Amino acid sequence: MIDLKYTVKDFKSDSEVRWCPGCGDYAIMNAVQRTMAGMGVPHEKFAVISGIGCSSRFPYYMSTYGFHTIHGRAAAIASGVKLANPDLSVWMISGDGDSLAIGGNHFIHLVRRNIDINLILFNNRIYGLTKGQYSPTSARGFKSKTSPFGTVEDPFIPGQLAIGARGTFFARSIDGNMKMSQSVFEEAAKHKGASVVEVLQNCVIYNNGIHSAITDPNHRADRQLYLEHGKPMVFGAENEKGLVFEKAKLKVVEIGKDGYTIDDILVHDATEVDPTLHLALINMQLPDFPVAFGVIRNVEALVYDQELVKQIDEVQQKRKVTCVDELLNSGNTWEVTGNGTPDSVSC
Amino acid sequence: MKDAKVIELEEVTIRFSGDSGDGMQLTGTLFSDATALLGNDISTFPDYPSEIRAPQGTVGGVSGFQVQFGKRLVNTPGDLAHVLIAMNPAAVKANAKFINPGGTIIYDSDSFNERNMKKANFATDDAFAECNLEDFFKIPVPISSLTKESLKDFGLDNKSVLRSKNMFALGLVCWMFNRPLDYIEEFLNKKFAKKPVVVEANIKVLHDGFNYGMTMQHMTPSYLVNPAVIENGTYRTINGNHATAWGLLAAAEKSGRELFLGSYPITPATDILSALSERKDLGVKTFQAEDEIAGVTSAIGASFAGDLAVTTTSGPGLALKGEAIGLAVMAELPLVVVNVQRGGPSTGLPTKTEQSDLLQSLYGRNGESPAVVVAASTPSDCFWYAFKASQIALERMVPVILMTDGFLGNGSEPWKIPTMAELPTITPRIAKDPDLFKAYKRDPETLAREWAYPGMKGFEHRIGGLEKDETGTVSHDTENHQLNTEYRENKVRRVADMIPELEVCGDGDGEILVVGWGGTFGHLVSAVRELRKEGKNVSHAHFNYIKPLPKNTAEVFGKFKKIIVCELNTGQFASYLRNEMPEFKYEQLNKLKGLPFTVDEVKQSVYKLLED
Repeated sequence: MIDLKYTVKDFKSDSEVRWCPGCGDYAIMNAVQRTMAGMGVPHEKFAVISGIGCSSRFPYYMSTYGFHTIHGRAAAIASGVKLANPDLSVWMISGDGDSLAIGGNHFIHLVRRNIDINLILFNNRIYGLTKGQYSPTSARGFKSKTSPFGTVEDPFIPGQLAIGARGTFFARSIDGNMKMSQSVFEEAAKHKGASVVEVLQNCVIYNNGIHSAITDPNHRADRQLYLEHGKPMVFGAENEKGLVFEKAKLKVVEIGKDGYTIDDILVHDATEVDPTLHLALINMQLPDFPVAFGVIRNVEALVYDQELVKQIDEVQQKRKVTCVDELLNSGNTWEVTGNGTPDSVSC
Repeated sequence: MKDAKVIELEEVTIRFSGDSGDGMQLTGTLFSDATALLGNDISTFPDYPSEIRAPQGTVGGVSGFQVQFGKRLVNTPGDLAHVLIAMNPAAVKANAKFINPGGTIIYDSDSFNERNMKKANFATDDAFAECNLEDFFKIPVPISSLTKESLKDFGLDNKSVLRSKNMFALGLVCWMFNRPLDYIEEFLNKKFAKKPVVVEANIKVLHDGFNYGMTMQHMTPSYLVNPAVIENGTYRTINGNHATAWGLLAAAEKSGRELFLGSYPITPATDILSALSERKDLGVKTFQAEDEIAGVTSAIGASFAGDLAVTTTSGPGLALKGEAIGLAVMAELPLVVVNVQRGGPSTGLPTKTEQSDLLQSLYGRNGESPAVVVAASTPSDCFWYAFKASQIALERMVPVILMTDGFLGNGSEPWKIPTMAELPTITPRIAKDPDLFKAYKRDPETLAREWAYPGMKGFEHRIGGLEKDETGTVSHDTENHQLNTEYRENKVRRVADMIPELEVCGDGDGEILVVGWGGTFGHLVSAVRELRKEGKNVSHAHFNYIKPLPKNTAEVFGKFKKIIVCELNTGQFASYLRNEMPEFKYEQLNKLKGLPFTVDEVKQSVYKLLED
C-alpha cells in the first residue's frame, strides 16, 4: 500500500482565489479539500469538473486535474470523464443557474443514469457572476435587476428534482457549517452512483442573507433538522421537538406534549428505497417546519459506469471479433483473383 | 421454348420503388449484395421519405432504392434507371423523371386499381399516359395475386402474404439480370431463423418470381452484365456510415486509445451510433446522450480523460454542438465530429442529401474558433477519412469535423478490405515528462500541446474555456490573447503538412478544371471521364481536405483557364475558395434538390462553359 496521507494543502493550487471576500464558496472548497485529503484516493485520480458561474471557478483553485467548461454542460462532460475512466473520483461543481436552468436537462439525466459522480450544487438563489439576476431557485416575488417588480414564477426545490429524476443520493448542507459539509461530502464520496449535495450558499454581494432565516444563531436549533441515518428526527435547543408522520403528512410535535413520546418520533432511514418520506423531508420549509440537513437519501442502485464496463466484459467473454482486421473480414466477403489490369478511376 | 432476348450491357441502373411499407430498401439491398458477390462493381442510393409510414399509396410515401452495377468501375448509382420496379401507381408518379428513355417499367398491375390511382392523385385511369411514359417498355405483372397464389397453402393471413410480394419482384429482377438466388436464401434463413414458416414462404415467393420471369421470357428482356475488372483482393460491400464507424475503430486500435462515442440519434447519422454500439466486443464505449449538446460534451469529457472521443450528428445537431466545439478548440483537446449532412435549413429535408453545412463547419462558432474540416467522397472512403480525422485530432490536439452526407452514409459500394498493417501509425501527443510539462507548451513545428489526462501522476493541471497562458492559468492579458488566437489558427493551418497534395484527374493544365468536394466525387469523375472521351479539354480536382486546403491548391488552379466549382448548395465552397484564393475566378454549378448531381447535369454545365 502506498501511503496516501494528504492534507488540505495538497489540494490547493497556486492560483489566487478570486471569490469576493466573505463569499460562502471558500468554506465549501475547504470542506471539499478536507474530504479529498481523507479519502485514500491518489491525488492524480481526482477530476474536478465545473460549468460556468462563480462557483465554477472552483477547479482553478484545486491542485487536482480540473476542467472549467461551458455553461450548463458540466454534468455531461463529467459523465464523459467518468465513463472514459471509471477509476477516477469525479467531482462536479455547479450552481443553481448552471445546473437547474441552462443545464437542467443534463442534471436530471446524470441523476437518472446514476453515474458515480459527486455533484455539489451551490445554491445562492441568484446569478452572481452576471451581477444579480433571479435564478430558478429564487422565491416567487423575488426582486432583482431582471425582476424589479418581483418574479411571477415558482422556484425549483433541487431535492425534488433529484428525487423526480430517480436520484439515489441527496444531501443538504450550508456553507457556514464546514463540519456538516465535510461529513455529507464524505458520505457522497462513498456512495456509488450520482450523489447530489445541495449547499445553501450565501452571495455576499448580490443576495446577502438569503439563507439567514435558517442560519440565524438565535433560532438555528429550531429551524434546522440535522438528519442522521438510524437516529430520531429531533431538533430544538434541548432536542425537545421531533417529527411524526400522520395522515400521510409530516408534523412537528413536542416530545412530552399531547401524549407524544420519543418512541413516536420518526427514525431516519436514508436507505429506504421508497422516496415518499425523503421527499417530504426535502420539502420542509420555514416557518411551519425546520429545514432538513444532512444525508436525506442514500440508497443502493445499479451504477451506470459499472454496468457499462460489466456489459463490455460480458460481450468480450463471448466475442468472435477480437480486432479490427477480424471485423473487416467478418460477414459477407468475396475474393477477386486473376485480374491482371484493373480499371482505374483516372480519366 | 423460345430464346429470350439477352441484352449485354456495360452498366445497368435499377430502381426499386414502392410504398414505404413495401420493403423496397431490403429488396434493393439484397439485390445489390447478390450483385456485388458476382463481381460487379456497384453503387447504391436509397431514397426514402422522412415519415416512417406516410399515408399508404401516396406519392409522399414512396420509398426508392437505386443501384447501378457494371463491368467497369461504377462511381455513381446512375442518373436514370434502365429498369423501374413500381409496386403501385404512386411509385410510377414519383419516379417518372428518373427513368432512362426507352427504359423498362415492371409494375404490380394488381395495385393499379381505382383506389390507388386516386391516392396517387391521378386524374385518369392511365398512369403512364399522365406521366408521359407511353413510349417506355412496360411489363404488367400481377405481383399481389401471384404472391397470394404462391402462398395459398401456407395458412398465412392476408397481411403476412402481401408482405412477401417484394420477394416476388426480387425473384423476377434476379432472373432478368442473371443473379443466382442462393445469397438471398441464405440471408432469409438467417434473418428469420426463428420463424421457419416465414423463411419458407419468402423463399417460395422468391423462386416463383424468378420462375415467372423464365416462363414469361417472351416479354421480359434479360440483361447480362459481366463482372467488373477490379483489383485482386478480398472485397465486401459497405455503406458510408458503417465505413465511418469502422474507420474510427481502426484509428482507436492503431493509436492504442479507447474509443468513446457520445451521440444523439439523428437522421441520417444514427447508423454510425448503432454500428459502434454493436462493437462492445472491441471495447467501444457508446453513450446515447440526452441531447446533441450532451453528445459532444460527453465526448469532450472522454477526451479530457484520455479517450479517442467522437460525436456524430447531422446539420441541426452540428448547430447545437457549436459552443462545445469551441470549448474543444479552446481547451485544445482531440475530438472528432462527424456531420452526415442532410437538406437544411432547420429540419429541412432529413432524408435527402445536401452539402449545405460547409460554412457552418468552418465558421459556425463564436469567436475565432478554427477547426480542421475534412470530407469523405465515396461510401467506402468514409473509412479512410474517419481514420485520418482521428489521426489529425490525436496528433495535433485539435477538433476535426468530418463531413459526409446522406448520399454517402446510406449509399454502398464494394470495398477492397484493407489490413490494419497497411494503415499509417497514429502517435497521440501523450505527455512524458512531468517536470517539463506545461498544459499549453507547444511543439514548435506543429504548435500542438501535449495531452495529459487524469490518472497520470505528476501532470495534474487545469484547463477550461477561458483564455489562458502557457501554464493553463487564466489570462486576460491582451497580447497573450492575440498570440493564442494566432496559435490556434496556425495550428490548424499546419495540418497541411500531414495531408496529401491535391491530385488532378486528367491533364495537369488546360481549359476547364471541374472542382468538387466530398460526396459529389462519383458524379463529377464520371462526367469528366465522359467529357474527356468526347475529346473535351477538361480535368477534375476533388477536395477531401477543406481546412486546411492542400498546399498545392493555388498551383493547380493556376494551370487552368476556367474553374467551375460544383456543389450541392448555393456556392459555399466557392465562396470559401474566393476568400482563401481571391486571385482566381470561380464559376459555379449548384443544385439544391435533395438529390446528388446527375452526370448529365455536370456535362451540360461544362459544355456551356466551353462555349462561353
